Amino acid sequence: MTAIRRILIANRGEIAARIIRTCRERGIETVLAASEADLDSMPARKADRTVCIGPARASESYLKIETIVQAALGVGAQAIHPGYGFLSERAGLARLAEEQGLIFIGPTVAQIEAVGDKLRARSQAQAADVPVVPGGAVETAEEAAELAGRIGVPMLVKAVGGGGGRGMKRVDRLEDLAGALQLASSEAGAAFGDARVYLERYVTQGRHVEVQVLGDGAGHVIHLGERDCSVQRRYQKLIEETPAPGLSDELRRRLHEAAVRFAQRLRYRGAGTVEFLVDAEHNAFYFLEMNARIQVEHPVTEAVTGVDLVAEQIAVAEGAGLRLKQEDVDPTGCAVECRVNAEDPAKDFQPAPGRVTRVAWPAGPGIRVDTHIGAGSRIPPFYDSLMAKIIAHGPDRSAALLRLREAIDAARVEGVATNLPFHARVLSDPEFVSGGVDTGYVARLLTRSSLHG
Amino acid sequence: MTLTAKDVEEITRLLEESSFDELYLELDGLKLSLRRAGAPPSPSAASSLSAAAPAPARSPATAKAAAPEPEERPAAGDPDSHDVPAPLLGTFYRAPKPGAAAFVEVGSLVEQETIIGIIEVMKLMNTVRAGVRGRVTEILARDGVLVEYGETLIRVGLSPA
Repeated sequence: MTAIRRILIANRGEIAARIIRTCRERGIETVLAASEADLDSMPARKADRTVCIGPARASESYLKIETIVQAALGVGAQAIHPGYGFLSERAGLARLAEEQGLIFIGPTVAQIEAVGDKLRARSQAQAADVPVVPGGAVETAEEAAELAGRIGVPMLVKAVGGGGGRGMKRVDRLEDLAGALQLASSEAGAAFGDARVYLERYVTQGRHVEVQVLGDGAGHVIHLGERDCSVQRRYQKLIEETPAPGLSDELRRRLHEAAVRFAQRLRYRGAGTVEFLVDAEHNAFYFLEMNARIQVEHPVTEAVTGVDLVAEQIAVAEGAGLRLKQEDVDPTGCAVECRVNAEDPAKDFQPAPGRVTRVAWPAGPGIRVDTHIGAGSRIPPFYDSLMAKIIAHGPDRSAALLRLREAIDAARVEGVATNLPFHARVLSDPEFVSGGVDTGYVARLLTRSSLHG
Repeated sequence: MTLTAKDVEEITRLLEESSFDELYLELDGLKLSLRRAGAPPSPSAASSLSAAAPAPARSPATAKAAAPEPEERPAAGDPDSHDVPAPLLGTFYRAPKPGAAAFVEVGSLVEQETIIGIIEVMKLMNTVRAGVRGRVTEILARDGVLVEYGETLIRVGLSPA
């Protein structure tokens, strides 16, 4: 056991503020590694210390592995928390940190590599008896044509090094396959430094359901229930909730068990999420990928379980193992989260960076707001546009939705455009309110209604 | 920071041996202006010393130590002074190796290409150059200590053209 007394946070925005909060509660000092553009941000003011790691451009600051590790050593931190995005799933950071005697708050290098390679993750899933979408690796055009004939159209050509919706091409006619393969492969090579691609059947009517797991690194894994993240626009999640509405108890249990089996096979360490595509109509599900990090939407799980996932990440990193048994996890009620982005729904969700002149975040029973934005905050154009997450918890789904609707109505942001009107629209839409929408829902909603009309 | 008579003598000697007519030094609010006898005051030095009484002639150079002015941040907007920032985060070293002479000291003359220190990032040594021509007036970064991106390493008094 190594007690962590000082953590370097290699991230920014709301997740940096979120990590600082837990560290405060646990008496751990925080040092924020910030770019020049974030030196006067809310997390920079909240951290015990902020060090400037480089200019605004992420490739010269937040994505520089050597600089992050050097900063951690220089400030005397024992551990690095990578947050999500940036370097959180880069084996290089975990490796260099460990070589330098620092604790990487996350999975092992081998685990990051195993889940980062989507093909390896697929074969691990199969080995753990977790169903995968029909498909597989292809190396030659002949192999591709043969496999495609068995999968059928529509299908997806996916980059082995991709993920999170990046590096995918949809193929609707078999004769388009060869061209799509070539394009996807060269794009993947440029974007991920790995030109390998694989084929998967495109499941048109699917829901995105993921299971939160925690592992001690020695083979013990528990789950903390699932989250439904089907409200997505161009693969970007906008609303997440737990429990996933309308699943049979049996399907829910099978999802949880599959996620635990998968993580156990990897002897997974820390907090992770196993993503599935769920075909609720046919009571079936398929493994998509595993995210080896804390996720944006983790607060809905925290709301219903009462577990502080960042605190558990730190405890596992310290070598304390799992402080919870599966039977200790007893979710109550329902929680729903809206991601408030600085983007304009009236202008095709174009990012709207700028200075926030006035802001009022909602508060009240069952409401939690994770944010890095106050009055006067700047939203720099260099990073993602997430301003805040508004989470509502209630005894059941309709109570949670009622609270969330009121919270969204009460939220005021001036100075930049936000997607708050979009959330208000979805939360009062009968199809969403009835529960269980699929990942095509937002696109259909936007087609049939004009938000600014 | 205080300057002894011996320091001023030493600085005066440096000016005498140099090809410059004038030296303007600021250290923690302490200002020192030296001008070679016969040289006309440069407009910038004259304006920043407008309150100071004309220095009594003292052969061969003129020395005048002004009272500390804590209100004034030397580098902020001072056209005669340039802060050399750390181009990246890392451990700053003043010398090429332990025990060796420092690349620069207060009073050293630097050119654009003069190496003023090394910043180490994970065993990779990055040389830092002055980027300006002038004389080092202050060394702010400590040897062997973490410097942040943009942190001032040294301050250089710019040579009058």
